[in-house]
Amino acid sequence: MWQWLHPYAKPEATFHLVQKLLPWFLIPGLILSAVALIWGLAIAPPDYQQGESYRIIFVHVPAAMWSMGFYVAMAIAGLLALVWQIRTAELALLAIAPVGAVLTFISLFTGALWGQPMWGTWWVWDARLTAQLILLFLYMGVMALYIAFEDERAGAKAASILALVGVINIPIIHYSVYWWNTLHQQSTVTRAITRLEAPSIAPEMLYPLLVSIVAMMLVSAVLVMKRLNNEILRREIHRPWALTYLGIPVVQRNEE
Amino acid sequence: MLLQGRELQSVRGERVLFSNINLDVASGQLWQIEGPNGAGKSSLLRILAGLLPAQQGDVLFQGEVIQQCREVYYHDLLFIGHKSGIKPELTAIENLEFYAAVEGHEFSTPPYELLAQVGLVGLEDIPAQRLSAGQQRRIALARLWFSQTRLWILDEPFTALDVDGIAMLHDRFQAHLAQGGAIILTSHQDLHSMSYPVHRLQLRYQH
Amino acid sequence: MSKPTQSTRKPVASGQIFRQIIRRDLRVAMRQRSDLLNPLIFLLIVITLFPLGVGPGPDILGRIAAGVIWVSALLSAMLGLERIFRDDFRDGALEQLMLLPVAVEFSVLAKIIVHWLLTAVPVLIITPLLALLLNLPIQAWGVLWLTLLIGTPILSAAGAIGVALTVSLNKGGALLSLLLLPLLVPLLIFATAAVEATLAGVSPAGPLALIGAFSVLSVTLAPFAVKAGLRVSVN
Repeated sequence: MWQWLHPYAKPEATFHLVQKLLPWFLIPGLILSAVALIWGLAIAPPDYQQGESYRIIFVHVPAAMWSMGFYVAMAIAGLLALVWQIRTAELALLAIAPVGAVLTFISLFTGALWGQPMWGTWWVWDARLTAQLILLFLYMGVMALYIAFEDERAGAKAASILALVGVINIPIIHYSVYWWNTLHQQSTVTRAITRLEAPSIAPEMLYPLLVSIVAMMLVSAVLVMKRLNNEILRREIHRPWALTYLGIPVVQRNEE
Repeated sequence: MLLQGRELQSVRGERVLFSNINLDVASGQLWQIEGPNGAGKSSLLRILAGLLPAQQGDVLFQGEVIQQCREVYYHDLLFIGHKSGIKPELTAIENLEFYAAVEGHEFSTPPYELLAQVGLVGLEDIPAQRLSAGQQRRIALARLWFSQTRLWILDEPFTALDVDGIAMLHDRFQAHLAQGGAIILTSHQDLHSMSYPVHRLQLRYQH
Repeated sequence: MSKPTQSTRKPVASGQIFRQIIRRDLRVAMRQRSDLLNPLIFLLIVITLFPLGVGPGPDILGRIAAGVIWVSALLSAMLGLERIFRDDFRDGALEQLMLLPVAVEFSVLAKIIVHWLLTAVPVLIITPLLALLLNLPIQAWGVLWLTLLIGTPILSAAGAIGVALTVSLNKGGALLSLLLLPLLVPLLIFATAAVEATLAGVSPAGPLALIGAFSVLSVTLAPFAVKAGLRVSVN
């Protein structure tokens, strides 16, 4: 493995690195989120087909994209934890999972919200929504498996294996669900979104969409980083460096 | 030198069970791992057997790290842990037939004498689940009488044996050691007045 | 005291160990006949519930038959999955399995094969009955049977992964379904698509080929994931 990564196998080094990086994600993230929201909700023109309600893509599309991206990140963390036994990677997996699951849920929720005014129903078995639903189950499986173990290190290893098995399956699941959908001609939400995602999307909509994609990534990353540092602190709480960081005076014990 | 442990460390949850444990087991030696409950004796045995990965350190069989020579090592290892490994649905004979067969050893006649050695006369042909836990454990121990592996790692082998059984197991140990085999075990039994030397490794409870 | 430095015994052939594992597991299963029958009976009951719930019209039933049979097969497979490793975990046979002088993946493959023999073969035998009960048009029976033949190994292989990860947990059962069902969605989609294609007069070759590919892939790759899962669970 690359030499420069080695120091970060120790949670303490990662903790300080993440602390340093946090403002670089948080501040641009908040700014870009504000920009994306205002631009997308107020400034961008209404769609000729869908009117104002299309605007939900500025939340739905980034959430859907990153729900998948974070699953891959989680699987990579799992790989590092499993193959190279890197402790910090185990904690990263735990940090990412709930954030990714929430992103997935947001994409499902906004997808449903978006379908309602157009097709009069809160849920359609559209390819995209179905694939997102299955992704949600995959996330929940990883989290449930971790929680079920008493020994949390064994739980993290088991969750890593599952995350890896899941990541290999995601392209397969996606392909099959989309195929299933075209077979039954249900891709209503997907078609509508795809049209807005295609290269032919109007630039007035494309730019705020790109901004919101970046903003969503930054904000979600901030959440993951905060969670990661929390997990690190929780586990290292008895170490001197953690006590010093929290401002608790360190009492010297007689170590054997 | 059959088996070596180098600077072995085991961590359970956030607790370090033991650190920097070194062990050299040569042919003809019996080693007893001692220590209070919870000190990690069973974990050490499992690490030596390759079932549990050590947090740090290596286990070497005949000079090679066991991860590199796994099949060679297991060809020469017999491990009996807390659980007996006996299928309750099968009879004692059927269970032993399996373990003999995977060692490349076929019984020419059903192993009644073998089972007599461990005091299971008359119980050989009924499903093991109808036997007591102690009797099931003895079926597992019967493997020691036909196994041709050189290294035995045994976790509490004397439990579930009566005085006669214990004596027979001691005799078996002695024969095994005389043939150049080695044994690593844990036991609450007092092994001080044995006819063979007992090497000891002490694990302390780490807080 | 003699001190031999090399073992003088010949190593045992992997094939021999493979056969012994299969032989022993089949023997154990035969002593627990009720465990074999329960998933099968469950399957039949579930299939019977559908006409009762949906209505007996042969058209509707025929159209949903493939999906119902496959979903029921999935559910009943979940019931029988625990048998792969749970009993062995409890009585210590599992850790002995991992101490055999063969690659663990090999032993795992033997157990996956045993599981398939015990759970899928009975289903394959009663498939004509199931198809009859749900009024599946007869021209699709062959394809349905083929999808089950090719697809059930995936159930055993993927199932083994799930069981390996949950075998040491107390309430692994419900968790197992949560873990596995998302992974089995593609199988379900393509299996039913194959049958529908046949009913529509189109060749089912495409979906069947895909299921075949997944089957080969999962049976060859699963043992590695299973081994990783077992190593975690056994400690």
